[in-house]
Amino acid sequence: MTSKLVMRGMIGFYILLFFLYLFGPLAVMSITAFNTPAYPQAYPFQAFTLDWFVKLWNHRAMMDGLRNSFIIGIGVVAVSVPVGLAASIVMTQIYHRARGFYYLVTVSPVLTPGVIIGISTVIFWKDVLGVTDFTKAVFYKGIVLAILGQSSFVAAYCLLIIMARLQRFDRSQEEAALDLGASYPQVFWHILLPFLKPALISAAVIAFLSSFENYNTTTFAILADKTLVTVLAGEVRQGTTPALSALAVIIIGISLAGAIAYEVMKRREEAASGRAMERARLAERADAVPAQQAPGPMGFSGRTPAPASAD
Amino acid sequence: MSSGVELDHITVRFGQFTAVNDVSLDIRGGEFFSFLGPSGCGKTTILRTVSGFLDPSQGSVRIAGQDMTGLGPNRRPTALIFQNLALFPLMTVAENIAYGLRVRGASKPERKKKADELLNLIALPDQGQKLVSELSGGQKQRVAIARALAVEPKVLLLDEPLSALDLKLRQHMRNELREIQKRVGITFIYITHDQGEALTMSDRIAVMNDGVIEQVGGGKAIYDEPATTFVASFVGENNAFPGKIVKADKSGAMIETAVGELRGRNPKGLQAGDAAVLFVRPESLKLGKNSKETSFSSTVLNVAFEGNASHIFLKGPGKKGLMLTVGRLDGGKIPGQGATAALSYDPELGLVLPVGRMARE
Amino acid sequence: MSRLIVFLIPLVVIAIFWAMARYESKVAHDPNHKTFFQRNGTALGVTFIGLVAFWTLFLVALPYLYMGVESFHPRLPPLERGGAKDFLTIEQYRSFLVTPTDGLWNTTHMGAFFFTIVVSTAVTALNFAICYPLAYYMAQAGTAQKVRLLMLGLIVPYWVNEILRAFSLRLLLASKGLINQMLMGLGITDGPIDFLGNNTGLYVGLSYAYLLVMIFPLYNAIESLDKNQIEAARDLGAPWWRIHKDVVMPYAKPGIAAGCTMVFMLSAGSLAAPQFLGGPRTLWFTSIVYDFFFQAFNWPRGAAYAFILLAACIAFVMLMLRLFKVSLGETIK
Repeated sequence: MTSKLVMRGMIGFYILLFFLYLFGPLAVMSITAFNTPAYPQAYPFQAFTLDWFVKLWNHRAMMDGLRNSFIIGIGVVAVSVPVGLAASIVMTQIYHRARGFYYLVTVSPVLTPGVIIGISTVIFWKDVLGVTDFTKAVFYKGIVLAILGQSSFVAAYCLLIIMARLQRFDRSQEEAALDLGASYPQVFWHILLPFLKPALISAAVIAFLSSFENYNTTTFAILADKTLVTVLAGEVRQGTTPALSALAVIIIGISLAGAIAYEVMKRREEAASGRAMERARLAERADAVPAQQAPGPMGFSGRTPAPASAD
Repeated sequence: MSSGVELDHITVRFGQFTAVNDVSLDIRGGEFFSFLGPSGCGKTTILRTVSGFLDPSQGSVRIAGQDMTGLGPNRRPTALIFQNLALFPLMTVAENIAYGLRVRGASKPERKKKADELLNLIALPDQGQKLVSELSGGQKQRVAIARALAVEPKVLLLDEPLSALDLKLRQHMRNELREIQKRVGITFIYITHDQGEALTMSDRIAVMNDGVIEQVGGGKAIYDEPATTFVASFVGENNAFPGKIVKADKSGAMIETAVGELRGRNPKGLQAGDAAVLFVRPESLKLGKNSKETSFSSTVLNVAFEGNASHIFLKGPGKKGLMLTVGRLDGGKIPGQGATAALSYDPELGLVLPVGRMARE
Repeated sequence: MSRLIVFLIPLVVIAIFWAMARYESKVAHDPNHKTFFQRNGTALGVTFIGLVAFWTLFLVALPYLYMGVESFHPRLPPLERGGAKDFLTIEQYRSFLVTPTDGLWNTTHMGAFFFTIVVSTAVTALNFAICYPLAYYMAQAGTAQKVRLLMLGLIVPYWVNEILRAFSLRLLLASKGLINQMLMGLGITDGPIDFLGNNTGLYVGLSYAYLLVMIFPLYNAIESLDKNQIEAARDLGAPWWRIHKDVVMPYAKPGIAAGCTMVFMLSAGSLAAPQFLGGPRTLWFTSIVYDFFFQAFNWPRGAAYAFILLAACIAFVMLMLRLFKVSLGETIK
């Protein structure tokens, strides 16, 4: 079956090319971070240096931007995750004829070009906050507007992530809790939230990352302030320096570390659930035995010890 | 006992569809009461109405004399065992059992005490810390029951709880449930489509079809004295001979059927000329002839040996054939396929009922 | 004045739906029905509605409507806004077609617009061709672990910011960059090829930036296809290209539509790649919008152009939906 082998070969080659395309530029850029020439150069490799990392550390504007990016990121998570949660719950309970329209409105920020979100954020809030001097002075700031602008679509991401999980929620658990006497708020805190926890965590992580790396919207909304990304853009526009490559190396390093950690975690999780399933299977097998012996009340049939106080 | 349930002219409509149609019923406190019927007959709807998940479009539910109208499921003295059990997967077995107490604000020691008590009751004394996913099907059943009993309900509602279990386990659990009910003494309302379960476990059964109750009574009454053609055809196997009544008197009625004129009891007092159906159970049919008005012939289509009995399938009036059950030790020669067999029955075992709906195949 | 009306529109829409809901619940009794506040408790109910209202009204609907209104206003200094000279006008939209300064056809801007659309469409097609095989392989041929690794491999580069990614491409493609070095070193070319000036950089940059966005919808769509169908087609003797044409692609239509839509919209609305990878003569429509804001401070005109861009995107989406005969709901997944 040489055709199959050829197919395999072609597929392998294709995947290789694909990932070369994907990682190539990054790899090249990483090399330039360690190379001495002031214009980023991968070849020829002149001398190994860590100078560019030091320059990066001393880059004032970038550090400021980094700090702002963090603040905005946390702000966006704080706004978007609760909003996404509330929006997904409302989605499941809203008047059925309004649902389509509601869906359209909530998902539209995802499809809207970031440019438009950024512009509309500034135009709108400038006037709304300008209504009083107090609100203008306190709230009309780049960081605030960036949080508001980004949250408009990040909340939509959160909504989609949480909805996906919410739709797999077994309603009968909610009913069981109610039946046992829980009030609706108790059902929410005891049953629904713990179930949604994985989605909430993913949503928070995605929210933070989306916020951190956002450019199109932020560049309008941030007004006079900077985020790490806008500083980068400014630097790249002005010229090229290996300090930027150094930053890329750091980011790649963190990403790889995160990816490895995730993979390890996932493998551990699979092993654990495998063990739990084994235990259930054993319990299943043992359960079959008592039914063949004379079944007494409460399943006393030799396997589980009969408590003397049963009657 | 003050844990009776009264259903007072309950009607439940979903848009144009009427799921439950003017059902009134008195369930006595402490009894094991079953609703039996095919899927879609409305038994689940009634259960959910009693437990508070549905508001009836008309009528009311009273539990222990108290009107439940407007009370949500969390305020009713009922506990429901769901068909899929609905155990909380992120909580341990003990936490599941004690959940009802947790939402009532019971302290940790109180909850632990109750959980231990019930774990002993269901014979899983050392399994409290396990997660639900590590238990077998039968164990999960018992945990669901313990969880419901923990809140000390007046009425326990069970929604086809055994349908997911395999045969042997199901039979084992039937006994267990009955034992628990006798021991705890509360009212059990049980819904199922499996007549075997209903007959073996219940004090009384309500047979339901298409939103109405066809008959309420004990197992024997339902089996021996079905009130409608639906009950006669749904509960157990039954041979049906539709036709017209030619003669009716005190001792019974004669009905003109496709296999001849046959006689049976006439508890409903039908008159000559009425359309009716004669029912004779497979185990009531015998091989061989007796008097003319209780005998007929038919061709054997198939014989099935089922261990303790043999079932002989014969050609009958209409699409559905006839069935005759011969016990293993009843003796006599079993005719082969294609043979013509003579059949007869005791007239007291034939039952004539007015024509009506039959159970779907 | 017109700006204030903007605030009323969403309220009217909400009022209409609310009235409809009230009417329906009065007309027919629904046994399942419990009001929103009954179901969630007052505290939670209020919180949910509050959060959702804040988001949908103040972060989504109102800003768009407001910006829409703004695009119909002339550009005025802050003091004159709301005053006599502030009236509704379509001059901003007109300026896209006819340059306001000299009354001639605004070929520069219109040209930039069409250039943007054409490039975005090309990039979309390019990405589809590149990503489809990998998405197929991942969806159908891999073990769970392999798939996860491939996914990580895909995601890691995207954690590097798009600006840095554009930067890295620029390094590669610049006249002093590695590719030119290689080409000259190997003797294939004599002088450096201006990849940035001839827009190759732009295409590569845009394609590179949105590979992931094309792969995931494709992967999701193909993944849910029952392997047995492909097996059946193979058993019946279909060659591999027919399997794709007749079995896989029709099934994956929603995913394909979603991927193409996202790539197109992101590409058309892209700022970074055109800014850093375009040549000096490359004029990108979205960059024009950017300039209106940051250089000319002509917000109304910027807003109008932004809406023209949005209109193009919506048109593309509609075209995609029509072409693939899928509904909007299916693509969002």
